[in-house]
Amino acid sequence: MSVLDEDPLSHERLDVELGSSWEEAGGRFTIGTAMEIDALIEAGVEEADVFIASTNGDNTNLVVAQIAQRRFKVDRVIARVLDPRRAAWYQEQGLQTICPTQIAIEQLQQAALGEVL
Amino acid sequence: MEDGLYVIIAGAGKVGWNLARELLEKGHEVTCVEQDRRRYLTVEQELEHAVQYGDATELWVLERAGIQRADLVVAVTGDDEDNLLICQVAKEKYLCERIIARVNNPRNLDHFKLLGIQPAVSATDLILRLIEHEVPRYGLVHLLDLPEERLEIIELVVSETAPAAGREIQNLGLPEGALVISVLRGGSGFVPKADTVVEAGDEVLVVLDPGIEQDITDLFVGETAHG
Repeated sequence: MSVLDEDPLSHERLDVELGSSWEEAGGRFTIGTAMEIDALIEAGVEEADVFIASTNGDNTNLVVAQIAQRRFKVDRVIARVLDPRRAAWYQEQGLQTICPTQIAIEQLQQAALGEVL
Repeated sequence: MEDGLYVIIAGAGKVGWNLARELLEKGHEVTCVEQDRRRYLTVEQELEHAVQYGDATELWVLERAGIQRADLVVAVTGDDEDNLLICQVAKEKYLCERIIARVNNPRNLDHFKLLGIQPAVSATDLILRLIEHEVPRYGLVHLLDLPEERLEIIELVVSETAPAAGREIQNLGLPEGALVISVLRGGSGFVPKADTVVEAGDEVLVVLDPGIEQDITDLFVGETAHG
């Protein structure tokens, strides 16, 4: 497991509740932005079997996921996309997307109808 | 440019706004899309209905702007990811035939190429080329690059010590895939013949296959030109 994040604080956050450090638990951490090829390589994209793009920006996720897919030929690439329509369209284009908004809508609908989740 | 194009411009910053103004003056129909409310209100005072408020990476915003009938989509926001994705959906989802993307950070240029977003225009790159043209440090200026067609045209100034100086074109030993197409001498240009003698100070235009620039530079500028 290798994490790439711009913010060193995210590294500290990973340690919390682990009881050991992230590295001791077998994790890797790279500080950098995923738009930089060097940072992706440093984080190990070339050896990755799975690549998950889950920054807080849809646009970054969609671009970076496509870089992992097309440039680094990662087998399984998943992008977090909040916008349901674009999530659906990119899924049709062959990029696996997870849309938290869509999931929330479905769960909220169930909750509103009194269904137990 | 042909008459009456419908152009969508994503981003009404300095580039987008001025571009919109120019295109409107030339008689084209333009819709500018700006996501910053304050900027939108400023620009709207001049462009009026030709600017819309919204995030052009959202599909409904592009649709509201009439992307289905757009002849050209120009993405000139300050965000490279946005520009990339706007052009990608314009091209692949809405089948807009012509797109132009602005690259803010030249390090992202490869991403645009990777995703097939061409042409991608980088101001830094343009300025670098101008500098190269004004101050040809390595004696070589790229005039035209057609990587798809594997063709480029370069300009060199023949140095005093160059192997080519004082020799006929036919005796230069030009590598395979290179052709001298023009010589500029004393302010005027001509197409050289096989027996044209290359002189120091000549500016020569060479069309060549990519990858043999160094051989050509060695020949016309000399070995010292290694950058």
